[in-house]
Amino acid sequence: MKGASSSPLPRPVVASVAFVSGFCIMTVEMLGARIMAPYFGGSVSVWGSIITVFMLALAVGYLLGGRLSMRNPNALVFASFYVSAALFSLPIILFADTIMRPIFLAVEDARYGSLLASIVMFSAPTTLLGMISPYSVRLLVESQEHSGQMAGLLFFVSTIGSAAGTLGTSFYFVLWFEVNRILWGAVTALLIAAAIILLAGYMRGSLSLRVSSHET
Amino acid sequence: MRPRLALSLFLLALAAPAAGEVIHQERSLYRDITVEQNGPRRCLIFNVHRGDRNQTCIDLNEPERLVFNYTRMSFAGLLLTPEPESILVAGLGGGSIPMTFGDLFPDALIDVVEIDPAVVSVAREFFMFEETANMEVHVNDARVFIKRAVLEGRKYDYIMLDAFTGDYIPEHLLTREFLEEVKQILNPDGVLVANTFSTSRLYDHESVTYQRVWNEFYNFKLPTSGNRIIITRDGALPPRGELVGAAQRLAESMEKYSIPLLEYPARMSTRVDWDMSRRVLTDQYSPGNLLRD
Repeated sequence: MKGASSSPLPRPVVASVAFVSGFCIMTVEMLGARIMAPYFGGSVSVWGSIITVFMLALAVGYLLGGRLSMRNPNALVFASFYVSAALFSLPIILFADTIMRPIFLAVEDARYGSLLASIVMFSAPTTLLGMISPYSVRLLVESQEHSGQMAGLLFFVSTIGSAAGTLGTSFYFVLWFEVNRILWGAVTALLIAAAIILLAGYMRGSLSLRVSSHET
Repeated sequence: MRPRLALSLFLLALAAPAAGEVIHQERSLYRDITVEQNGPRRCLIFNVHRGDRNQTCIDLNEPERLVFNYTRMSFAGLLLTPEPESILVAGLGGGSIPMTFGDLFPDALIDVVEIDPAVVSVAREFFMFEETANMEVHVNDARVFIKRAVLEGRKYDYIMLDAFTGDYIPEHLLTREFLEEVKQILNPDGVLVANTFSTSRLYDHESVTYQRVWNEFYNFKLPTSGNRIIITRDGALPPRGELVGAAQRLAESMEKYSIPLLEYPARMSTRVDWDMSRRVLTDQYSPGNLLRD
Protein backbone atom coordinates (compact mmCIF):
# COMPACT_ATOMS: atom_id res chain seq x y z
CA MET A 1 0.00 0.00 0.00
CA LYS A 2 2.90 2.27 0.59
CA GLY A 3 3.64 2.29 -3.13
CA ALA A 4 0.16 3.42 -4.02
CA SER A 5 0.15 6.41 -1.78
CA SER A 6 3.69 7.78 -1.75
CA SER A 7 4.12 8.32 -5.47
CA PRO A 8 2.53 11.50 -6.89
CA LEU A 9 0.96 9.51 -9.76
CA PRO A 10 -0.34 5.97 -10.20
CA ARG A 11 2.00 3.63 -12.01
CA PRO A 12 -0.39 2.88 -14.96
CA VAL A 13 -0.76 6.59 -15.62
CA VAL A 14 2.98 7.22 -15.72
CA ALA A 15 3.48 4.17 -17.92
CA SER A 16 0.75 5.20 -20.36
CA VAL A 17 2.00 8.73 -20.81
CA ALA A 18 5.56 7.40 -21.21
CA PHE A 19 4.20 5.29 -24.06
CA VAL A 20 2.62 8.40 -25.61
CA SER A 21 5.88 10.36 -25.45
CA GLY A 22 7.84 7.53 -27.07
CA PHE A 23 5.18 7.25 -29.75
CA CYS A 24 5.22 10.97 -30.53
CA ILE A 25 9.01 11.22 -30.65
CA MET A 26 9.19 8.67 -33.42
CA THR A 27 6.15 9.94 -35.28
CA VAL A 28 7.76 13.36 -35.57
CA GLU A 29 11.14 11.84 -36.43
CA MET A 30 9.70 9.68 -39.21
CA LEU A 31 7.87 12.67 -40.69
CA GLY A 32 10.99 14.83 -40.41
CA ALA A 33 12.50 13.38 -43.57
CA ARG A 34 9.30 14.00 -45.47
CA ILE A 35 8.99 17.56 -44.21
CA MET A 36 12.54 18.37 -45.27
CA ALA A 37 12.64 16.52 -48.62
CA PRO A 38 11.18 19.39 -50.67
CA TYR A 39 14.09 21.61 -49.62
CA PHE A 40 16.96 19.26 -48.91
CA GLY A 41 16.10 16.15 -50.90
CA GLY A 42 15.85 12.53 -49.97
CA SER A 43 19.50 11.69 -49.64
CA VAL A 44 20.93 9.65 -46.80
CA SER A 45 22.44 12.79 -45.28
CA VAL A 46 18.97 14.20 -44.58
CA TRP A 47 18.20 11.17 -42.45
CA GLY A 48 21.62 11.59 -40.87
CA SER A 49 20.76 15.18 -39.89
CA ILE A 50 17.44 14.21 -38.40
CA ILE A 51 18.71 11.28 -36.37
CA THR A 52 21.69 13.27 -35.11
CA VAL A 53 19.50 16.13 -33.92
CA PHE A 54 17.02 13.78 -32.27
CA MET A 55 19.80 11.91 -30.47
CA LEU A 56 21.45 15.10 -29.26
CA ALA A 57 18.17 16.65 -28.18
CA LEU A 58 17.17 13.52 -26.29
CA ALA A 59 20.58 13.40 -24.62
CA VAL A 60 20.20 16.98 -23.40
CA GLY A 61 16.61 16.25 -22.37
CA TYR A 62 17.70 13.26 -20.27
CA LEU A 63 20.23 15.43 -18.49
CA LEU A 64 17.82 18.28 -17.82
CA GLY A 65 14.94 15.99 -16.87
CA GLY A 66 17.18 14.14 -14.43
CA ARG A 67 18.32 17.41 -12.92
CA LEU A 68 14.76 18.69 -12.52
CA SER A 69 13.63 15.42 -10.92
CA MET A 70 15.85 16.11 -7.92
CA ARG A 71 13.68 18.98 -6.70
CA ASN A 72 10.25 18.08 -5.57
CA PRO A 73 9.08 15.80 -8.40
CA ASN A 74 5.39 16.41 -9.02
CA ALA A 75 2.57 16.00 -11.48
CA LEU A 76 2.39 19.67 -12.44
CA VAL A 77 5.96 19.85 -13.69
CA PHE A 78 5.53 16.47 -15.37
CA ALA A 79 2.42 17.66 -17.22
CA SER A 80 4.17 20.86 -18.24
CA PHE A 81 6.75 18.81 -20.21
CA TYR A 82 3.93 17.43 -22.35
CA VAL A 83 2.24 20.79 -22.81
CA SER A 84 5.44 22.54 -23.79
CA ALA A 85 6.50 19.71 -26.11
CA ALA A 86 3.12 20.09 -27.83
CA LEU A 87 3.53 23.87 -28.08
CA PHE A 88 7.10 23.65 -29.39
CA SER A 89 5.92 21.17 -32.04
CA LEU A 90 3.55 23.74 -33.50
CA PRO A 91 6.21 25.57 -35.56
CA ILE A 92 6.82 22.31 -37.45
CA ILE A 93 3.20 22.43 -38.55
CA LEU A 94 2.69 26.16 -38.94
CA PHE A 95 6.04 27.56 -40.01
CA ALA A 96 7.99 24.72 -41.68
CA ASP A 97 8.30 26.58 -44.98
CA THR A 98 9.07 29.87 -43.27
CA ILE A 99 11.88 28.13 -41.40
CA MET A 100 13.30 26.10 -44.26
CA ARG A 101 13.18 28.64 -47.06
CA PRO A 102 15.79 31.07 -45.67
CA ILE A 103 18.01 28.13 -44.66
CA PHE A 104 17.77 26.74 -48.18
CA LEU A 105 18.70 30.17 -49.53
CA ALA A 106 21.60 30.69 -47.17
CA VAL A 107 23.16 27.24 -47.09
CA GLU A 108 24.12 25.73 -50.44
CA ASP A 109 25.16 22.33 -49.11
CA ALA A 110 22.00 20.28 -48.45
CA ARG A 111 23.76 18.35 -45.66
CA TYR A 112 24.31 21.40 -43.51
CA GLY A 113 21.03 22.93 -44.62
CA SER A 114 19.11 19.91 -43.40
CA LEU A 115 21.16 19.80 -40.19
CA LEU A 116 20.38 23.44 -39.45
CA ALA A 117 16.70 23.04 -40.31
CA SER A 118 16.49 19.95 -38.07
CA ILE A 119 18.04 21.86 -35.18
CA VAL A 120 15.60 24.74 -35.55
CA MET A 121 12.49 22.60 -35.96
CA PHE A 122 13.10 19.51 -33.88
CA SER A 123 15.55 20.21 -31.07
CA ALA A 124 13.16 22.03 -28.69
CA PRO A 125 10.24 19.57 -28.74
CA THR A 126 12.57 16.57 -28.69
CA THR A 127 14.56 17.91 -25.74
CA LEU A 128 11.30 18.41 -23.84
CA LEU A 129 10.16 14.90 -24.70
CA GLY A 130 13.55 13.57 -23.59
CA MET A 131 13.09 15.20 -20.16
CA ILE A 132 10.10 12.97 -19.58
CA SER A 133 12.06 9.71 -19.26
CA PRO A 134 14.23 10.40 -16.19
CA TYR A 135 11.50 12.46 -14.57
CA SER A 136 8.96 9.66 -14.90
CA VAL A 137 11.45 7.25 -13.36
CA ARG A 138 11.77 9.54 -10.37
CA LEU A 139 7.99 9.76 -10.05
CA LEU A 140 7.70 6.02 -9.66
CA VAL A 141 10.81 5.18 -7.66
CA GLU A 142 10.12 4.78 -3.99
CA SER A 143 13.09 2.83 -2.86
CA GLN A 144 16.58 2.21 -3.95
CA GLU A 145 16.08 -1.48 -4.68
CA HIS A 146 13.16 -0.74 -6.99
CA SER A 147 14.85 2.04 -8.96
CA GLY A 148 16.34 -0.25 -11.59
CA GLN A 149 13.06 -2.09 -12.00
CA MET A 150 11.10 1.15 -12.47
CA ALA A 151 13.64 2.52 -14.93
CA GLY A 152 13.45 -0.78 -16.83
CA LEU A 153 9.65 -0.67 -16.91
CA LEU A 154 9.56 2.89 -18.20
CA PHE A 155 12.25 2.36 -20.83
CA PHE A 156 10.32 -0.71 -21.90
CA VAL A 157 7.02 1.11 -22.24
CA SER A 158 8.38 4.23 -23.92
CA THR A 159 10.49 2.22 -26.34
CA ILE A 160 7.50 0.06 -27.25
CA GLY A 161 5.69 3.38 -27.83
CA SER A 162 8.54 4.48 -30.10
CA ALA A 163 8.33 1.25 -32.08
CA ALA A 164 4.58 1.65 -32.46
CA GLY A 165 4.98 5.30 -33.52
CA THR A 166 7.57 4.36 -36.11
CA LEU A 167 5.56 1.53 -37.60
CA GLY A 168 2.21 3.28 -37.47
CA THR A 169 3.56 6.41 -39.13
CA SER A 170 5.59 4.79 -41.87
CA PHE A 171 3.18 1.98 -42.72
CA TYR A 172 -0.22 3.53 -42.29
CA PHE A 173 -0.56 7.17 -41.23
CA VAL A 174 1.25 8.54 -44.30
CA LEU A 175 -1.05 6.47 -46.45
CA TRP A 176 -4.19 7.77 -44.78
CA PHE A 177 -3.42 11.35 -43.76
CA GLU A 178 -1.50 14.42 -44.75
CA VAL A 179 1.72 15.07 -42.84
CA ASN A 180 0.32 18.04 -40.93
CA ARG A 181 -2.75 16.13 -39.87
CA ILE A 182 -0.53 13.42 -38.37
CA LEU A 183 1.45 16.10 -36.55
CA TRP A 184 -1.76 17.61 -35.19
CA GLY A 185 -2.59 14.13 -33.98
CA ALA A 186 0.72 13.94 -32.10
CA VAL A 187 0.15 17.39 -30.57
CA THR A 188 -3.32 16.35 -29.46
CA ALA A 189 -1.99 13.11 -27.96
CA LEU A 190 0.59 15.08 -25.94
CA LEU A 191 -2.08 17.47 -24.65
CA ILE A 192 -4.37 14.60 -23.70
CA ALA A 193 -1.46 12.97 -21.86
CA ALA A 194 -0.95 16.24 -19.96
CA ALA A 195 -4.64 16.37 -19.08
CA ILE A 196 -4.55 12.80 -17.79
CA ILE A 197 -1.50 13.58 -15.64
CA LEU A 198 -3.19 16.62 -14.14
CA LEU A 199 -6.39 14.74 -13.51
CA ALA A 200 -4.65 11.79 -11.91
CA GLY A 201 -2.49 14.10 -9.83
CA TYR A 202 -5.52 16.04 -8.70
CA MET A 203 -7.35 12.87 -7.75
CA ARG A 204 -4.38 11.67 -5.75
CA GLY A 205 -4.19 15.02 -4.02
CA SER A 206 -0.60 15.53 -5.07
CA LEU A 207 -1.32 18.53 -7.20
CA SER A 208 -0.33 21.28 -4.86
CA LEU A 209 2.71 22.89 -3.43
CA ARG A 210 2.48 20.54 -0.50
CA VAL A 211 3.71 17.67 -2.65
CA SER A 212 7.03 17.93 -0.91
CA SER A 213 5.40 16.33 2.10
CA HIS A 214 5.31 13.07 0.14
CA GLU A 215 9.06 12.90 0.39
CA THR A 216 10.83 10.98 3.13
CA MET B 1 6.52 -28.52 -52.83
CA ARG B 2 9.49 -30.01 -54.65
CA PRO B 3 7.89 -30.23 -58.14
CA ARG B 4 6.53 -26.74 -57.80
CA LEU B 5 9.94 -25.44 -56.85
CA ALA B 6 11.48 -27.21 -59.81
CA LEU B 7 8.86 -25.74 -62.08
CA SER B 8 9.35 -22.23 -60.81
CA LEU B 9 13.11 -22.55 -61.15
CA PHE B 10 12.59 -23.73 -64.69
CA LEU B 11 10.31 -20.80 -65.47
CA LEU B 12 12.76 -18.45 -63.85
CA ALA B 13 15.53 -19.80 -66.06
CA LEU B 14 13.33 -19.25 -69.10
CA ALA B 15 12.41 -15.74 -68.10
CA ALA B 16 15.85 -14.55 -67.12
CA PRO B 17 18.07 -13.39 -69.95
CA ALA B 18 21.03 -15.66 -70.48
CA ALA B 19 23.16 -14.79 -67.48
CA GLY B 20 26.21 -12.82 -68.39
CA GLU B 21 29.45 -12.42 -66.56
CA VAL B 22 29.50 -9.99 -63.67
CA ILE B 23 32.35 -7.59 -64.33
CA HIS B 24 31.70 -5.13 -61.53
CA GLN B 25 29.73 -5.08 -58.34
CA GLU B 26 29.47 -2.49 -55.61
CA ARG B 27 27.17 -1.42 -52.86
CA SER B 28 26.55 2.29 -52.85
CA LEU B 29 24.68 4.32 -50.28
CA TYR B 30 21.51 3.96 -52.31
CA ARG B 31 21.60 0.58 -54.03
CA ASP B 32 23.55 -2.42 -55.13
CA ILE B 33 25.14 -1.79 -58.49
CA THR B 34 26.05 -4.64 -60.83
CA VAL B 35 27.60 -4.45 -64.27
CA GLU B 36 27.10 -7.54 -66.38
CA GLN B 37 28.68 -8.43 -69.68
CA ASN B 38 27.05 -10.83 -72.10
CA GLY B 39 28.80 -10.99 -75.46
CA PRO B 40 28.98 -7.44 -76.76
CA ARG B 41 26.12 -6.35 -74.52
CA ARG B 42 26.95 -4.68 -71.23
CA CYS B 43 24.24 -3.91 -68.71
CA LEU B 44 23.88 -1.87 -65.57
CA ILE B 45 21.63 -3.53 -63.01
CA PHE B 46 20.41 -2.06 -59.74
CA ASN B 47 19.55 -4.36 -56.85
CA VAL B 48 20.03 -7.58 -58.75
CA HIS B 49 19.03 -9.68 -55.73
CA ARG B 50 15.56 -8.28 -55.77
CA GLY B 51 15.18 -9.17 -59.41
CA ASP B 52 15.28 -5.66 -60.82
CA ARG B 53 15.53 -5.43 -64.53
CA ASN B 54 18.43 -3.92 -66.36
CA GLN B 55 18.77 -0.21 -65.88
CA THR B 56 20.76 0.50 -69.01
CA CYS B 57 22.43 -1.68 -71.58
CA ILE B 58 24.85 -0.78 -74.30
CA ASP B 59 26.11 -2.73 -77.25
CA LEU B 60 29.88 -2.33 -77.23
CA ASN B 61 30.03 -2.86 -81.00
CA GLU B 62 27.46 -0.13 -81.67
CA PRO B 63 27.57 2.08 -78.60
CA GLU B 64 25.30 4.72 -80.14
CA ARG B 65 22.44 2.32 -80.60
CA LEU B 66 19.91 2.57 -77.77
CA VAL B 67 19.09 -0.92 -76.61
CA PHE B 68 15.97 -0.26 -74.58
CA ASN B 69 12.58 0.90 -75.66
CA TYR B 70 12.18 3.28 -72.79
CA THR B 71 15.46 5.06 -73.49
CA ARG B 72 14.40 5.42 -77.11
CA MET B 73 10.97 6.66 -76.04
CA SER B 74 12.63 9.37 -73.96
CA PHE B 75 13.41 11.17 -77.20
CA ALA B 76 9.76 11.46 -78.25
CA GLY B 77 9.82 14.92 -76.68
CA LEU B 78 11.75 16.02 -79.76
CA LEU B 79 8.45 15.85 -81.63
CA LEU B 80 7.38 18.90 -79.62
CA THR B 81 10.74 20.59 -79.18
CA PRO B 82 12.95 19.49 -82.06
CA GLU B 83 16.00 21.63 -81.32
CA PRO B 84 16.59 22.02 -77.59
CA GLU B 85 19.45 24.32 -76.66
CA SER B 86 19.41 23.48 -72.98
CA ILE B 87 18.65 20.06 -71.56
CA LEU B 88 18.20 18.75 -68.05
CA VAL B 89 18.32 15.02 -67.35
CA ALA B 90 17.42 13.89 -63.83
CA GLY B 91 18.80 10.41 -63.23
CA LEU B 92 21.98 9.27 -64.97
CA GLY B 93 21.82 5.47 -65.07
CA GLY B 94 24.41 4.27 -67.56
CA GLY B 95 24.35 7.69 -69.18
CA SER B 96 22.93 6.70 -72.57
CA ILE B 97 20.23 9.38 -72.56
CA PRO B 98 22.56 12.35 -71.93
CA MET B 99 25.21 10.85 -74.25
CA THR B 100 22.66 10.62 -77.05
CA PHE B 101 21.56 14.20 -76.41
CA GLY B 102 25.20 15.29 -76.51
CA ASP B 103 25.68 13.47 -79.78
CA LEU B 104 22.50 14.88 -81.31
CA PHE B 105 22.98 18.44 -80.11
CA PRO B 106 26.68 19.11 -79.59
CA ASP B 107 26.03 22.80 -78.92
CA ALA B 108 23.27 22.28 -76.37
CA LEU B 109 24.05 22.84 -72.70
CA ILE B 110 23.28 19.64 -70.82
CA ASP B 111 22.91 19.32 -67.06
CA VAL B 112 22.64 15.86 -65.56
CA VAL B 113 21.56 15.39 -61.95
CA GLU B 114 22.33 12.11 -60.21
CA ILE B 115 22.02 11.53 -56.49
CA ASP B 116 24.41 8.59 -56.30
CA PRO B 117 28.11 9.35 -56.90
CA ALA B 118 28.75 5.62 -57.39
CA VAL B 119 26.45 5.58 -60.40
CA VAL B 120 28.42 8.43 -61.93
CA SER B 121 31.73 6.60 -61.61
CA VAL B 122 30.27 3.33 -62.92
CA ALA B 123 28.82 5.15 -65.94
CA ARG B 124 32.23 6.68 -66.63
CA GLU B 125 34.18 3.49 -66.15
CA PHE B 126 31.93 0.93 -67.81
CA PHE B 127 29.52 2.78 -70.10
CA MET B 128 31.81 5.20 -71.88
CA PHE B 129 30.01 8.12 -70.31
CA GLU B 130 32.02 11.30 -70.62
CA GLU B 131 31.34 14.83 -69.56
CA THR B 132 32.10 17.43 -72.18
CA ALA B 133 32.54 21.18 -72.21
CA ASN B 134 28.76 21.41 -72.63
CA MET B 135 27.68 18.54 -70.44
CA GLU B 136 28.03 18.57 -66.69
CA VAL B 137 27.00 16.02 -64.07
CA HIS B 138 25.80 17.34 -60.72
CA VAL B 139 25.78 14.91 -57.82
CA ASN B 140 22.67 16.16 -56.09
CA ASP B 141 19.06 15.42 -55.34
CA ALA B 142 16.93 16.42 -58.34
CA ARG B 143 14.45 18.30 -56.16
CA VAL B 144 17.20 20.39 -54.59
CA PHE B 145 18.86 21.02 -57.96
CA ILE B 146 15.60 22.13 -59.55
CA LYS B 147 14.62 24.33 -56.61
CA ARG B 148 17.96 26.09 -56.95
CA ALA B 149 17.48 26.43 -60.70
CA VAL B 150 14.16 28.16 -59.97
CA LEU B 151 15.93 30.60 -57.66
CA GLU B 152 18.69 31.31 -60.14
CA GLY B 153 16.24 31.69 -62.99
CA ARG B 154 17.84 28.92 -65.07
CA LYS B 155 15.54 27.42 -67.67
CA TYR B 156 15.62 24.44 -69.98
CA ASP B 157 14.14 23.50 -73.34
CA TYR B 158 14.04 19.78 -72.63
CA ILE B 159 13.58 18.30 -69.18
CA MET B 160 13.87 14.56 -68.81
CA LEU B 161 12.83 13.01 -65.49
CA ASP B 162 14.26 9.52 -65.22
CA ALA B 163 14.89 9.20 -61.51
CA PHE B 164 12.84 6.11 -60.74
CA THR B 165 14.82 2.92 -60.43
CA GLY B 166 11.80 0.78 -59.70
CA ASP B 167 13.16 -0.07 -56.30
CA TYR B 168 12.77 2.81 -53.88
CA ILE B 169 10.66 5.63 -55.23
CA PRO B 170 11.79 9.17 -54.38
CA GLU B 171 8.41 10.36 -53.17
CA HIS B 172 9.33 14.04 -53.19
CA LEU B 173 9.70 13.83 -56.99
CA LEU B 174 6.09 12.79 -57.49
CA THR B 175 4.32 15.73 -55.92
CA ARG B 176 2.31 18.63 -57.28
CA GLU B 177 4.73 21.09 -55.70
CA PHE B 178 7.68 19.43 -57.42
CA LEU B 179 5.97 19.52 -60.81
CA GLU B 180 5.17 23.20 -60.26
CA GLU B 181 8.85 23.83 -59.69
CA VAL B 182 9.69 21.88 -62.86
CA LYS B 183 7.20 24.04 -64.71
CA GLN B 184 9.00 27.15 -63.56
CA ILE B 185 12.29 26.05 -65.09
CA LEU B 186 10.80 24.98 -68.42
CA ASN B 187 11.12 27.44 -71.29
CA PRO B 188 7.84 28.46 -73.01
CA ASP B 189 8.62 26.24 -76.00
CA GLY B 190 10.19 23.53 -73.89
CA VAL B 191 9.03 19.99 -73.23
CA LEU B 192 8.87 17.80 -70.15
CA VAL B 193 9.40 14.07 -70.57
CA ALA B 194 8.95 11.83 -67.55
CA ASN B 195 9.63 8.13 -67.41
CA THR B 196 7.08 6.91 -64.89
CA PHE B 197 4.96 4.06 -63.65
CA SER B 198 2.66 2.10 -65.89
CA THR B 199 1.16 -0.19 -63.31
CA SER B 200 -0.20 -0.13 -59.78
CA ARG B 201 -2.29 2.45 -57.99
CA LEU B 202 0.57 4.85 -58.45
CA TYR B 203 -0.35 5.12 -62.14
CA ASP B 204 -3.67 6.70 -61.21
CA HIS B 205 -2.28 9.00 -58.53
CA GLU B 206 0.54 10.13 -60.76
CA SER B 207 -1.72 10.75 -63.74
CA VAL B 208 -4.10 12.81 -61.62
CA THR B 209 -1.18 14.85 -60.28
CA TYR B 210 0.28 15.54 -63.73
CA GLN B 211 -3.16 16.48 -64.97
CA ARG B 212 -3.59 18.94 -62.12
CA VAL B 213 -0.34 20.74 -62.89
CA TRP B 214 -0.17 20.47 -66.70
CA ASN B 215 -3.87 20.14 -67.63
CA GLU B 216 -3.12 17.62 -70.33
CA PHE B 217 -0.27 15.41 -71.39
CA TYR B 218 0.59 12.73 -73.88
CA ASN B 219 0.50 9.30 -72.37
CA PHE B 220 3.06 7.38 -74.36
CA LYS B 221 3.12 3.61 -74.07
CA LEU B 222 4.44 0.84 -76.26
CA PRO B 223 3.12 -2.71 -76.07
CA THR B 224 6.70 -3.97 -75.89
CA SER B 225 7.72 -1.80 -72.96
CA GLY B 226 6.63 -1.79 -69.35
CA ASN B 227 7.20 1.93 -69.13
CA ARG B 228 4.82 4.81 -69.52
CA ILE B 229 6.31 8.07 -70.68
CA ILE B 230 4.55 11.32 -69.92
CA ILE B 231 5.20 14.10 -72.42
CA THR B 232 3.85 17.57 -71.87
CA ARG B 233 4.53 21.27 -72.03
CA ASP B 234 3.26 24.51 -70.60
CA GLY B 235 0.22 25.41 -72.68
CA ALA B 236 -1.82 23.47 -75.20
CA LEU B 237 -0.42 20.35 -76.81
CA PRO B 238 0.10 20.39 -80.58
CA PRO B 239 -2.36 18.48 -82.79
CA ARG B 240 -1.27 15.00 -83.77
CA GLY B 241 -0.68 16.07 -87.41
CA GLU B 242 2.08 18.31 -86.22
CA LEU B 243 3.72 15.41 -84.39
CA VAL B 244 3.61 13.28 -87.53
CA GLY B 245 5.22 16.07 -89.53
CA ALA B 246 7.95 16.47 -86.94
CA ALA B 247 8.53 12.72 -86.88
CA GLN B 248 9.00 12.69 -90.65
CA ARG B 249 11.50 15.50 -90.49
CA LEU B 250 13.50 13.97 -87.65
CA ALA B 251 13.25 10.26 -88.42
CA GLU B 252 16.43 10.02 -90.42
CA SER B 253 18.64 11.59 -87.79
CA MET B 254 17.27 9.08 -85.26
CA GLU B 255 18.16 5.94 -87.19
CA LYS B 256 21.67 5.80 -85.86
CA TYR B 257 20.29 5.41 -82.33
CA SER B 258 17.55 2.94 -83.34
CA ILE B 259 14.83 5.38 -82.32
CA PRO B 260 11.72 4.54 -84.41
CA LEU B 261 10.31 8.04 -84.19
CA LEU B 262 7.80 7.49 -87.01
CA GLU B 263 5.95 4.91 -84.91
CA TYR B 264 5.60 7.22 -81.95
CA PRO B 265 2.86 9.77 -82.78
CA ALA B 266 0.25 7.01 -83.12
CA ARG B 267 1.13 5.78 -79.63
CA MET B 268 0.86 9.14 -77.92
CA SER B 269 -2.57 9.60 -76.49
CA THR B 270 -4.35 12.22 -74.42
CA ARG B 271 -7.17 9.84 -73.52
CA VAL B 272 -7.89 9.56 -69.80
CA ASP B 273 -7.41 5.91 -68.85
CA TRP B 274 -6.91 6.35 -65.13
CA ASP B 275 -9.12 6.67 -62.11
CA MET B 276 -9.68 10.40 -61.83
CA SER B 277 -11.02 10.16 -58.29
CA ARG B 278 -7.56 9.37 -56.90
CA ARG B 279 -5.89 11.85 -54.61
CA VAL B 280 -3.36 14.30 -56.00
CA LEU B 281 0.13 13.61 -54.63
CA THR B 282 1.46 16.58 -52.68
CA ASP B 283 4.34 17.32 -50.33
CA GLN B 284 1.81 16.63 -47.58
CA TYR B 285 0.58 13.37 -49.07
CA SER B 286 2.95 11.27 -51.12
CA PRO B 287 3.10 7.64 -50.00
CA GLY B 288 4.48 6.50 -53.37
CA ASN B 289 6.23 3.48 -51.97
CA LEU B 290 3.05 2.26 -50.31
CA LEU B 291 0.97 2.73 -53.45
CA ARG B 292 2.93 0.55 -55.79
CA ASP B 293 1.26 -2.80 -55.15
